[in-house]
Amino acid sequence: MDDAANDPQVNMGRLRWHCRRGLLELDLVLQRVVEGGLLEELSEQQRAELFELLHYDDITLLAIVSGREECEEPRLKGMVDLLRAV
Amino acid sequence: MSVPVRKFDAVIVGAGGAGLRAAIQLSEAGLRTAVISKVFPTRSHTVAAQGGVAASLGNSEEDHWHWHMYDTVKGSDWLGDQDAIEFMCRKANEVVIELEHYGMPFDRLDSGKIYQRPFGGHMSNFGEKPVRRSCAAADRTGHAMLHAMYQRNVKANTQFFIEWMALDLIRDEEGDVVGVTAMEMETGEVFVFHAKAVLFATGGAGRIYYSSTNAFINTGDGVGMAARAGIPLEDMEFWQFHPTGVAGAGVLITEGVRGEGGILRNASGERFMERYAPNAKDLASRDVVSRAMVTEINEGRGCGPNKDHVMLDITHLDPATIMKRLPGIREIGIQFAGVDAIKEPLPVVPTCHYQMGGIPTNYNGEVVVPKDGNPSTPVPGFYAAGECACASVHGANRLGTNSLLDLLVFGKSAGESMVEYIKAQPAAHKPLPANAADYSLSRINRLDTQTDGTAVGATRLAMQRTMQAHCGVFRFKDMLAEGVSKILDIEKMVAATEIKDKSKVFNTARLEALELDNLIEVAKATIVSANARTESRGAHVRDDATDTPERPDGRDDVNWLKHTLWHREGNKLEYKPVNMKPLTVDTIALKKRAY
Repeated sequence: MDDAANDPQVNMGRLRWHCRRGLLELDLVLQRVVEGGLLEELSEQQRAELFELLHYDDITLLAIVSGREECEEPRLKGMVDLLRAV
Repeated sequence: MSVPVRKFDAVIVGAGGAGLRAAIQLSEAGLRTAVISKVFPTRSHTVAAQGGVAASLGNSEEDHWHWHMYDTVKGSDWLGDQDAIEFMCRKANEVVIELEHYGMPFDRLDSGKIYQRPFGGHMSNFGEKPVRRSCAAADRTGHAMLHAMYQRNVKANTQFFIEWMALDLIRDEEGDVVGVTAMEMETGEVFVFHAKAVLFATGGAGRIYYSSTNAFINTGDGVGMAARAGIPLEDMEFWQFHPTGVAGAGVLITEGVRGEGGILRNASGERFMERYAPNAKDLASRDVVSRAMVTEINEGRGCGPNKDHVMLDITHLDPATIMKRLPGIREIGIQFAGVDAIKEPLPVVPTCHYQMGGIPTNYNGEVVVPKDGNPSTPVPGFYAAGECACASVHGANRLGTNSLLDLLVFGKSAGESMVEYIKAQPAAHKPLPANAADYSLSRINRLDTQTDGTAVGATRLAMQRTMQAHCGVFRFKDMLAEGVSKILDIEKMVAATEIKDKSKVFNTARLEALELDNLIEVAKATIVSANARTESRGAHVRDDATDTPERPDGRDDVNWLKHTLWHREGNKLEYKPVNMKPLTVDTIALKKRAY
């Protein structure tokens, strides 16, 4: 793993950029996380969970965030609940 | 200052449907191909396309490419080039079947053939009756398409530069395109991508409007880069709108809501459609409803603190009916308007959806400009495809499901043209100009050193609100002229944007400022072109160009059957003829566009 992968500023920037999606609906939900200051308030563990959640494709992620589908990873439930609530 | 240089045969900017389709063509021909994308390819905005892709396969009933061509010409309100439209409609079956062979999971008939569904505007026998022409993969056609083509590219060894942002086109002294500059987001470092041919496939720029269905990434990067490099932009006044998007968000509310009894109301609660369409009322056609909404807003009867939207009311409907027939609407209202539609009306506004104009190309995907008396002279080494390009097949309005077809057909044809062009070039690349990266570096340096400047977010919002109010779905002569002046003032604000965060790595503030540089070019081109076109045609509808016997629906073929070309230099406009001559069949003659 190179240095950049461990740099907190890189990680935070990458996380913020991964909130840019192909679907407007997801942009709008994730914008509340990015612009509301919530991203900075998340623990390192929560940020890792969000980062993992953002790896889902847009169609699946929107279904999860909208509550139409459950996330297949139970350990991400806390972050899913947070996104559904923002 | 020298910057690192990476050398490829071909560089593609944008990894949505058009970019991926072109890349397959290039990589499978054995050419070294780089694809630069702001986001992971399968997160491109193509993912949002649900309706399907048009092809006259005739799997369910008789169909023919010539009928598809007729529908497309008519949809374009005769502004589409008939050679390009014939080319696209004839190629449709081939590109859809190829996609199936790439692994695209199309819905199927019991016979195993691709299932086809009906879609608005798709007719058989030259407008006679509806025909099933749209090929889809459930409601995730764009998503499935991106995945199939991305995997094919991985197999073909296409080299992806993901989370990179292209900054500027590089042209040499002869005007030939020899590469692009691009920034690696992770480091903030600028590179030169030196290429024998460059394709722009960067999608649309719907974010110039306050209310847009487009994702945040749709900032017209290719269109802005082309304009800065001296390429004129074609027919930018034509944008497709939907009547009901959630105000302030852009998420679409299906027209089915009005079908189930939804009523549009103004600030005083009046059901205003009774005045505009006494019989059809809220079920009037999309154009009539949009125009009525805008008129209410412009005449001061809009809702909310800015009086900039109207209300869609379903509170009189039985909640059980809403939950049964419109289950998604309550969810959208709660999530994106903060409103429970069972209890309160939803704020809605006509919402921008699709850009018909763009970088001028021919049907080979070559970018063309006026030169030495020829209005369509190819720019050596430069290609464009998809929503950022104007072939022009959509003309003044796009037929549903032709957007996915456009990116498949013209992605492929641009790729084929690039293969041919590159193979005809000498082994060595044309040299880069000495100052290849200077312009991009100076733009970044300006941002880094700007003091007492303007805020990016506020400036973008000012542009979006101006475009929405002055150059939206229904256009007014005086407001257009006033809007031009406002946008030119906002351009000065864009030239002075300031970012507080000067860091190099993943600096999203810098990226957004650079995106705004692209958006403002699109906004200028749009409003200057719209202000000048004094007719109504397709999606460009003006209050001072109304229906008369000589000019049905305000369309003025005598003076305005021509393409606009907007030049960034001095905001100059020139025009070029519409190609009315198809490749093999007779011209589809002008007539009133009526459905």
